[in-house]
Amino acid sequence: MVPAAFDYRAPTTLDEALMLLREHGDDAKVMAGGQSLIPLLKLRFASPALVVDIGRVPGLSGIESDDATLRIGTRTRHVDLERDTSLDRVCPILREAARQISDPLVRNLGTVGGSLCHADPAGDWGSVMLALDAEFVARSFSGERTIAGGDFFQGPFSTALRPDEILTEIRIPRAGAARRSGGTYLKLERKVGDFATVGVAVQVQLTDGTVDTAGIGLTAVGPSNLKARSAEQALSGREPSTDAIAEAARLAAEAAQPNDDVRGSAAYKKDVVRVFVQRGLAGALAQATARG
Amino acid sequence: MQVSVTINGQQQTADVEPRLLLVDFIRDQLRLTGTHVGCDTSSCGACTVLLDGEPVKSCTMLAVQADGRELMTVEGLARGAELHPVQVGFHEEHGLQCGFCTPGMMLVAKALLERNADPTEEEIRWAISGNICRCTGYVNIVKSVRHAARLQAERAAAPVAPVAAAVSGGES
Repeated sequence: MVPAAFDYRAPTTLDEALMLLREHGDDAKVMAGGQSLIPLLKLRFASPALVVDIGRVPGLSGIESDDATLRIGTRTRHVDLERDTSLDRVCPILREAARQISDPLVRNLGTVGGSLCHADPAGDWGSVMLALDAEFVARSFSGERTIAGGDFFQGPFSTALRPDEILTEIRIPRAGAARRSGGTYLKLERKVGDFATVGVAVQVQLTDGTVDTAGIGLTAVGPSNLKARSAEQALSGREPSTDAIAEAARLAAEAAQPNDDVRGSAAYKKDVVRVFVQRGLAGALAQATARG
Repeated sequence: MQVSVTINGQQQTADVEPRLLLVDFIRDQLRLTGTHVGCDTSSCGACTVLLDGEPVKSCTMLAVQADGRELMTVEGLARGAELHPVQVGFHEEHGLQCGFCTPGMMLVAKALLERNADPTEEEIRWAISGNICRCTGYVNIVKSVRHAARLQAERAAAPVAPVAAAVSGGES
């Protein structure tokens, strides 16, 4: 398969990249690792006039953390998160999710920001970021703005980014020192490298045995990654009893909007959501309790 | 556009279209046909090459993205008549049947052994999980990588010992 012809620029500064987007708007497509875009180009589902490769722009990759925030540069590769053992202490769900994305070869090139901007409803990072209540930092030539996680995904392969913007960073709020947190990502896939049949991201914070906040993100069961708000609200402020967990799982399954397809029926996928939320919450709560 | 890469230790410069895939650049322009095109959809790993030492799928990368980078293909494994331990491993443990996936498998194995000199079976299976063997010969592939790890350790312990080339003559 051969992509349609396009012009290619590989700017070496962010300003240069933003200038190109201002100039070319919708005719341009930003490429980071290329693991989502290149298949689209090859299938000619996308045929932009210009590809802006941000692979040579410095300062867009890496993981930084202070007391309040964990920052992930947009071009941080999946493998970088997979191998960063310091995350086990700070935010274990990130490594757990990273190693379930596609396969090791794709993880060596694919990036967190690229995957999020591609906004495939079956993408894994979207659910993780929704569960973590992450914010998305977008830069354009005219400035910078922050997009709340819940507003980022607008539909299949569609985000709140304007054509002149680049996602530069993902910001994850860190649990306060008094609060114990835990998170997990569960993914059902037919084989390594397949898209999720269903994925569920769960993140909880406990204060004195009560759920302070709960985040639940759903993969491949709707027009985009979904935030299961009613399930989250059913837990917050409550003691995480078996009944409360079961109720949250039921609400999350209700919020899922899966389709019948080769990976399973809609009814089956809804039930996987229910089981995964239940299992994920149990795991996340156990983690949060164990983490002092 | 001009692209300049170091491939198997040699500097190569060529004029390419931006849409040219890295695998087509390697096979058609550089005439290194050991890198295979299998699925052409980023699923099978037959097109695996090492980019700055890490395995990637060359069917899902543009040649222009590789500008200034270092590549290794299966042709870069042996040093003259001396086979790489991974190649010896695949030969001695019958790690290939039809051979189509073998270049990708061996390059993944090389990269794995560089990060982890003594991988467990699970670690090997994890590392090759992006590479499909259509003969389903995974048991022997895993054995081959384990064997290569032992050979590599032996070579490291006795670096001057002569290594008999397991295959002589013909195309490899």
